[in-house]
Amino acid sequence: MSENQNPPAGTSKDVTAAPEAGTAVGPADRFPDPGVPEHKKRLTDTDPHAAKRAERTVTILFVASILGTIGSIVAYVMVPPDGTTSGVRLSTLLLGLGLTVSLLGIGIAGIHWAKALMGDREFVQERHTLATQGEDRETAIKDLNEGLEDSGVVGRRGVLKGAFFGALALFPIAIAVPLIGSVGGDWNISQFKHTMWKRGMRLAIDPSGRPIKASDVTVGSVFHVVPETTEAYRETHDWITEKSKAVVLMVRLNPEDLRTDQSPEGETWSHEGIVAYSKICTHVGCPVALYEQQTHHLLCPCHQSTFDIADSAKVVFGPANRRLPQLPITVDDEGYLVAQDDFAEPIGPSFWERLK
Amino acid sequence: MSTATPDTKREAPATPTTTVGKAADYLDQRTSIGLAVKEFARKVFPDHWSFMLGEIALFSFVVLIASGFFLTMFFEPSMALETYEGEHPANMHGQLMSVAFASTLDMSFEVRGGLLMRQIHHWSALIFMASIVVHMMRVFFTGAFRKPREINWIVGLILMILGLAAGFTGYSLPDDVLSGNGLRITDGVVKSIPVVGSFMSYMIFGGEFPGHHIVPRLFTLHIFVIPGILLALIALHLFLMVLQKHTQYPGGGRTDKNVVGYPAMPVYVAKMTGNFFIVAGVLALMGATMSINNVWNYGPYDPSPVTAGAQPDWYMLFLEGSLRLMPGPGWEWVIGGFTLSMNVLIPAVVVPGILFTFLFVYPFLEARVTKDDEEHHVLDRPRNKPVRTGLGVAFLTAFIILALAGSNDLIATHFALSINGITWVFRVLIFVGPVFAYYITKRICLGLQRKDRELVLHGHESGRIVRFANGEYIEVHTPLDEQERWLRVNYEAPAPLEIAPKTDARGVKRKGYASDKRWQGLSRFFYEDRVAPVSPAEVEAAHSHGEHDQLNGSERQAVEAGAGTTSREH
Repeated sequence: MSENQNPPAGTSKDVTAAPEAGTAVGPADRFPDPGVPEHKKRLTDTDPHAAKRAERTVTILFVASILGTIGSIVAYVMVPPDGTTSGVRLSTLLLGLGLTVSLLGIGIAGIHWAKALMGDREFVQERHTLATQGEDRETAIKDLNEGLEDSGVVGRRGVLKGAFFGALALFPIAIAVPLIGSVGGDWNISQFKHTMWKRGMRLAIDPSGRPIKASDVTVGSVFHVVPETTEAYRETHDWITEKSKAVVLMVRLNPEDLRTDQSPEGETWSHEGIVAYSKICTHVGCPVALYEQQTHHLLCPCHQSTFDIADSAKVVFGPANRRLPQLPITVDDEGYLVAQDDFAEPIGPSFWERLK
Repeated sequence: MSTATPDTKREAPATPTTTVGKAADYLDQRTSIGLAVKEFARKVFPDHWSFMLGEIALFSFVVLIASGFFLTMFFEPSMALETYEGEHPANMHGQLMSVAFASTLDMSFEVRGGLLMRQIHHWSALIFMASIVVHMMRVFFTGAFRKPREINWIVGLILMILGLAAGFTGYSLPDDVLSGNGLRITDGVVKSIPVVGSFMSYMIFGGEFPGHHIVPRLFTLHIFVIPGILLALIALHLFLMVLQKHTQYPGGGRTDKNVVGYPAMPVYVAKMTGNFFIVAGVLALMGATMSINNVWNYGPYDPSPVTAGAQPDWYMLFLEGSLRLMPGPGWEWVIGGFTLSMNVLIPAVVVPGILFTFLFVYPFLEARVTKDDEEHHVLDRPRNKPVRTGLGVAFLTAFIILALAGSNDLIATHFALSINGITWVFRVLIFVGPVFAYYITKRICLGLQRKDRELVLHGHESGRIVRFANGEYIEVHTPLDEQERWLRVNYEAPAPLEIAPKTDARGVKRKGYASDKRWQGLSRFFYEDRVAPVSPAEVEAAHSHGEHDQLNGSERQAVEAGAGTTSREH
């Protein structure tokens, strides 16, 4: 390596006179272009049998393609999907294989034809400089200037020009305003800050909608929770949008495992070790669905943000910055778990006006 | 080619006798299509397997349009809710779902060939993006983006970005759990954008996520707006390619002033048609045998469930990985009461911004540091541009590390590793990996260039050992033939820019010196280390010393230093 190293850049750059090795040469300091290599004949050019064979191969491939097409039609008629997954798979496979043979037959035949039988002499064509040359260029410039002059705007009539460009720039607004005005619905972005949870609303199991009694929640169990609503409401778009914000993950821990409670006022937001946290990740909003009982860690399967449920769902790993908001819960007279209130802060990913 | 003798050329054109001839004559009399035929029928295109990569992208796009047309016949882009009445698949019967999801199930289970077309369509999209990326690699590493093709490079980049958009809008259409969570991530990213983020989220979803507008909106983008622009830009891409004539690999007789290759008719017509059918055939085979995106296993979109091991399509993995790598705590800033989520903005906006900006500016940057204003039609061998090749490999390394990071959960489960450990390794690698890859690649390129020099100076090792009368052994080398040699000496090794001194002759400080100095610095980064092509004089010198092996180290260095400065003068 050392022998072959480049000269240090500093030296080569500073040398102005070519050193000995370069002085002797002149025009011969580059090798001459040897020109296009000699054309080599293929077997099919010299051997008529080989050419005949190639021709036959191409023909057979085209015939194979025709058979493939016929095969796929046969499959279409003979093997209708019977509705089961395996039946659909079989129909897909046979139709697809027929199509494959029908396409590949043509493709391989075409390329074999081109490579074995079509002329394979290389040609040389000249390139022309892309920039327009000479008279063409001058005419173009002259035409352009004449056109501009005829328009009467060159170098004068500033107001006219201003009005022209102004009008052009402004007219899209007439289309854009109604479009943009309507495209965002009611534009009421303050909805990000609230969910449908209200004081006294029961916690229900997702997706059955059955309310949950505190006594049914055993230590270590996990519940995917939604607000209790009517069956009819759960079949609307509103529900899907509200559910997107309101889903909660509820866990019962040993009360001594609970290290902190998020409640700023000091009263408790949990009930006998039952804690409920927003299931929407504070990173970019995936449902945080994987709970590990041993460590009390909650993992988001999308980007692996990890939250410690026992420690007010604080971030222990991953790209999320904030803890999951806690849903304050208690029990009602009948022993059902209910919300004390909505979340104290906006759930889900951060946005510009989040704290405003 | 014609056998007509000169004195018959003023006669009226011969009346066509064959059917084809008559049809051609009919057309020509109405369109003067003869001019186009004259121009294009025997137009020469250079040949190389790597020129097929762009073709694969083009043909996958054709397959996408054909299979996509099939799908639009059965897909209903509506988010209206219905209870699925179909018997199959059994796990979906009776479930509440959007019409979009139901029609996806219907076209998979009831329409003959529907599942085949869905799978062909999805595989084609993956291959479309893959062939675009590989085609771009070919263009980058061979320097095909240089003048006059900078515009076409930009057009190609826009095509790639539109391809990403087409893929994303497409796989979000079935309204299943997987794609719904993809949209939710998009919503989270959009919300992180300062000032306008919340409004943009409302704009996209027509209200709060998910609402009931997003599928029809994506559908319009996916089947009309994006493919429309794609088609127009593909036409422009090909038009520029034909207008500028294709680049060619270096070799005997190939210069920046000519194009060496085979005529469009019949060779390229046959090869391209053949290639189209092979691409389509392979995609059909993939669609027939490899199931993809079985949405009935995921179920209709529901904001609550999500499955582990959820991955986007491969071309989105780098964004996913970027999001996964970013450590969160401490990166959400509250400024004047407003929230700035740098833990989302950096990976989802800044990182792709840097990657795409590099691709957009690179051709102009490289031309600037070389002060290069020539037309280039002969491609570079990647080894002859060590820094460019190194930067390209560094870029790919970053892209691949991000894509792997986007699969860190799968790596963890498949290799039984700690996901936190893997994430930390990737967090380090994303900084160290590209630098390391750049350095290694550049060294390899310089090494290969030196190997080329060795070969040109010494020739091939023949394996024949000769003993001289004085007892010395040498191995006889056979010189390279002129084609082999030409390939190894026909390149430029530009020197770093030289700039005017800081002060002029009267000692007055020159304006623009600081800027010149910066460009010179960058130019040095590009061209400081270089291996000049061998000149005939050097070969001469080598031979006049008898066996080149007998040259001592200092003589040899002098010869090579001389070559470096000689080439600089050109």
